Amino acid sequence: MLYIDIKKKLGDFTLDIGIETNKETLALFGASGCGKTVTLKCVAGIEKPDEGEIVLNDKILFSSKKKINLPPQKRNVGLLFQSYALFPNMTLEENIAISIPKNCPNKDKIIKEKISEFSLEGLETNYPHELSGGQQQRTALARMLVNEPEILMLDEPFSALDEHLRWKLEQRLITTLRDYGRTALYVSHNKDEVYRIADKIAIYNQGSIKAIGGKQEIFNRPGNVNAAKLIGCNNISRAKKIDKNRVYAIDWDLELESGEAVQDGLKYIGIYGNNLDISSDMTSKNTFLMEIINKIENPFSDTLVLKHERNESTSYNSYIYLEINSKESLDVLSLKEPIYVHFKKENLLLLY
Amino acid sequence: MDYSPLLISLKTSIIATFITFLIGVYVAYLVTKLNRFKGLIDGILTLPLVLPPTVVGFFLLISLGKNSIVGKYLALYDKSVVFSVTAAIIASTVVSLPLMYRTTRGAFEQLDRDIIHVAKTLGLSEHKIFLKIMLPNSFPSIMAGTILAFARALGEFGATIMVAGNIPGKTQTMSVAVYTAVQAGNRPLAYQWVFVMAIISFVSMIIMNKFDKNQFSRAGKAVN
Repeated sequence: MLYIDIKKKLGDFTLDIGIETNKETLALFGASGCGKTVTLKCVAGIEKPDEGEIVLNDKILFSSKKKINLPPQKRNVGLLFQSYALFPNMTLEENIAISIPKNCPNKDKIIKEKISEFSLEGLETNYPHELSGGQQQRTALARMLVNEPEILMLDEPFSALDEHLRWKLEQRLITTLRDYGRTALYVSHNKDEVYRIADKIAIYNQGSIKAIGGKQEIFNRPGNVNAAKLIGCNNISRAKKIDKNRVYAIDWDLELESGEAVQDGLKYIGIYGNNLDISSDMTSKNTFLMEIINKIENPFSDTLVLKHERNESTSYNSYIYLEINSKESLDVLSLKEPIYVHFKKENLLLLY
Repeated sequence: MDYSPLLISLKTSIIATFITFLIGVYVAYLVTKLNRFKGLIDGILTLPLVLPPTVVGFFLLISLGKNSIVGKYLALYDKSVVFSVTAAIIASTVVSLPLMYRTTRGAFEQLDRDIIHVAKTLGLSEHKIFLKIMLPNSFPSIMAGTILAFARALGEFGATIMVAGNIPGKTQTMSVAVYTAVQAGNRPLAYQWVFVMAIISFVSMIIMNKFDKNQFSRAGKAVN
């Protein structure tokens, strides 16, 4: 069990967060410089919060009230740095061995096990600069797990790797985390990575958590505009509540029917580009005639840039982005005339 | 010919370098860990580098002389520091310490913070982090600093002559011997010591550059 409730002044904003998680992988997700890494460092004891409390499995790591601030050495936490931070003056084997006490009877066995677990056989006498990025990451993981830390913390472990390496290492990491079965914190700013690796997601913005919950829940109902932008919702319009079931999208100039009850204080409405359908049934609800402004080609899909036909605004905010397979897109474009687009009401994101 | 200035110079500068090495590295370690008064302590430690050596010598004379606490204490045992080889060693140590301290501190501060942090989370004691991680990873800079300190100690003149004097065969080092020879109009002797000192200094610098070069090639490799 991990409980964090801390405040810490960071430059021009204050980190002020509360997290409670148990035996799950929680992703700390947000733009760079919003306090994610500092959170990890506070749990590790490298940075000291200004006030608050951090408790890990009934052990108080930090408490400003009780004046407790355990040194990192006594916290038994595992922290994997973005740069892996291997000791450059030690071989791979020495890197893994250094944290095992000299008098530990199974020392050699533990080292051997970890080396084979992470497929690092034959590289024992190599120095970090002689290892590839992937090998460095595996060494750092093995080194971290040697002491069986009570929590694993990973700070953007894939940011230093090439795209083609990421996928393989990511699968490996997911297995490692699952086998380990303890609480893990995972920092990232890649939404796809977060969705694949984490069980729960905490959305960070300027030092505070805007949303926290299961990953399905966060992706399906981000709840506020910051969270929606981070998880990749590129269609967002200012919105006004009309009544319990209806919303007026100001930027798009559309009146939409909502799948769930609209609360007071609605500020924005959003929808993922791939939840928009080209429709032939123009009479159904939430279907509008759209003018095609542009077509953007992506490697495996195309994006149509659309605008409601009667909308006279020239602002970029009035555009709606619809994602479809390339072939269909070609057919549609050949028509060179307005199309009907259906907004599935159950996929509308109400943002407060 | 009298070789005593060479021997006295080597003796004082080697012992001074040894002491400077231990104090310099340790103090650099302490200062990097300081949170407060860093600037003040750094300033005090660097002072001997920027003050005229004669001023440093004057301070030493005041604090080690007959009327000082140290001097009075030693007088009880019928001993005195000033105008002895010990004084020459102390003068060389004080003057070379800032070089040792500053190079080492620079090396410690340039270490990747994450490496130190990760060592802490792995449970390594501060002592082990210092010996197994900080020292080995800043070794080239520390060696360069040591040689720089040695060269400075070897060339020490101002503070030494103030506090250790110019006693042939006892406290007269090579740099003092050059001064004395020129004063006495003995050009050949002056040339001789100048030549010896130039050779030793030149060799020291070559060794230092070698360490520097090693450091660069290591850093270069680490990037790949």
